[in-house]
Amino acid sequence: MNAPAASTRPRIGAGFRLQWESAQGCHVLLYPEGMVKLNGSAGEIMVRCDGERSIEAIVGELETAFNARGLAPEVISFVEIAGRQRWLTWE
Amino acid sequence: MTAVSESMTPRPGPPLWLLAELTYRCPLHCVFCYNPIDFANQPDELSTDDWLRVLREGRELGAVQCGLSGGEPLLRDDLEVIVAEARRLGYYTNLLTSGVGLTVERARALKAAGLDHVQLSFQDSTREMNDFLSHTKTFELKNRVAQIIKDQGWPMVMNVVLHRLNIDHIDRIIGMAAEFGAEYLELANTQYYSWAFHNRDALLPTRAQLQHAEAVADIWRAKLGERMRIFFVAPDYHEGKAKKCVNGWGNMFLTVTPDGTALPCHTAKMLPGLAFPNVREHSMREIWFDSEGFNRFRGTGWMKEPCSSCEHREEDLGGCRCQAYLIAHDPTVADPVCVKSPHHGQVLEAVQRAEAGVALATEHPLVFRDPKNSRRLSTRQETRSP
Repeated sequence: MNAPAASTRPRIGAGFRLQWESAQGCHVLLYPEGMVKLNGSAGEIMVRCDGERSIEAIVGELETAFNARGLAPEVISFVEIAGRQRWLTWE
Repeated sequence: MTAVSESMTPRPGPPLWLLAELTYRCPLHCVFCYNPIDFANQPDELSTDDWLRVLREGRELGAVQCGLSGGEPLLRDDLEVIVAEARRLGYYTNLLTSGVGLTVERARALKAAGLDHVQLSFQDSTREMNDFLSHTKTFELKNRVAQIIKDQGWPMVMNVVLHRLNIDHIDRIIGMAAEFGAEYLELANTQYYSWAFHNRDALLPTRAQLQHAEAVADIWRAKLGERMRIFFVAPDYHEGKAKKCVNGWGNMFLTVTPDGTALPCHTAKMLPGLAFPNVREHSMREIWFDSEGFNRFRGTGWMKEPCSSCEHREEDLGGCRCQAYLIAHDPTVADPVCVKSPHHGQVLEAVQRAEAGVALATEHPLVFRDPKNSRRLSTRQETRSP
């Protein structure tokens, strides 16, 4: 996979599943025999990674939702880390 | 537990892992099996409805990973029903199988039911050793099943239990897993319980064998990178270090055996003097929070010396209770694999016997896990002495 850019459309990696767990009070990422608890911002990014939205669109949504600016570097760096872990994948 | 220590013990979190051991029936007869020695005396299996209720109640408690294991879970013809309900409830569903019975038709049905992942066990990279260790002719079948798993798009975890008789084939074992396209490979050094404990002298590897195996695994890790993750489960007899067994007693792991007994780990039923609840009589909530069996070794309040003042007590929680019982004949003492245990000498002795190679097949013939041996060993009450 190439390094993520503004036009990248990430989706959840094969074999992983993202869901909200009320018992944990957070989003979790499930994979064979394991689970990653996501912090608030990671959860907000991951739920938007549906293979349709571009990183640019995701950043725009987050900046609107949280009344913030300049989130692009944080989102790109998270997507890059998540890609290395195979949590996210893209063309 | 006294009222004082109870008030000091924080309420445990949810049981994240529910392991449903659907049946002890198994077409394989592996010499290192961790099912109880007396499995043949426990023929009474939970009904489909019982399992569906266990799944629902477990999920309400917060369980999120569901392992479907055995024996061979594919021998239950309601497996698809159980998978479908587990998936509907929001579990990540893991099938732990020998592969025997996983036809293309069955794989399709399980995929349709929502099965998330398959863990396929192999005994060795060679047909001869695979078939010898499992006492079956299953090597070709496992090769076919690996392809069926990939064709369904499931992530595949390959699991190989390592011991003296197959550990030197490690390079080929890893190569084979890579050829099959496994995402994860678990190289699990044998844990010595049940059948493995009975066969311990024949299965314990030498230090040189272990060092070689780890070095080969490291070379493959560097070569494959993220393509296939290789886990090397540490051999605790050789390390002198206790493991945090099941990540802490009653901490995140809950096993239900085929007859409905609820356990904090898959082998805990062997421990004497502990009443473990049955899901036919108690709700999963009562079992997890209130039963004596799950509270007995929670946290650190139960510990004696050398554990109670040990700087590592929170890291390893005293190690494994079953290992303490099997080796020291007392489930309340430190795990004897720990160098600080007064019983550690017995572990060293076993390792030294392995180094000296005294365990000749003629002295200690391997005992295969099958119903006949199970009945013979349970009546002779030999389950504890290897």
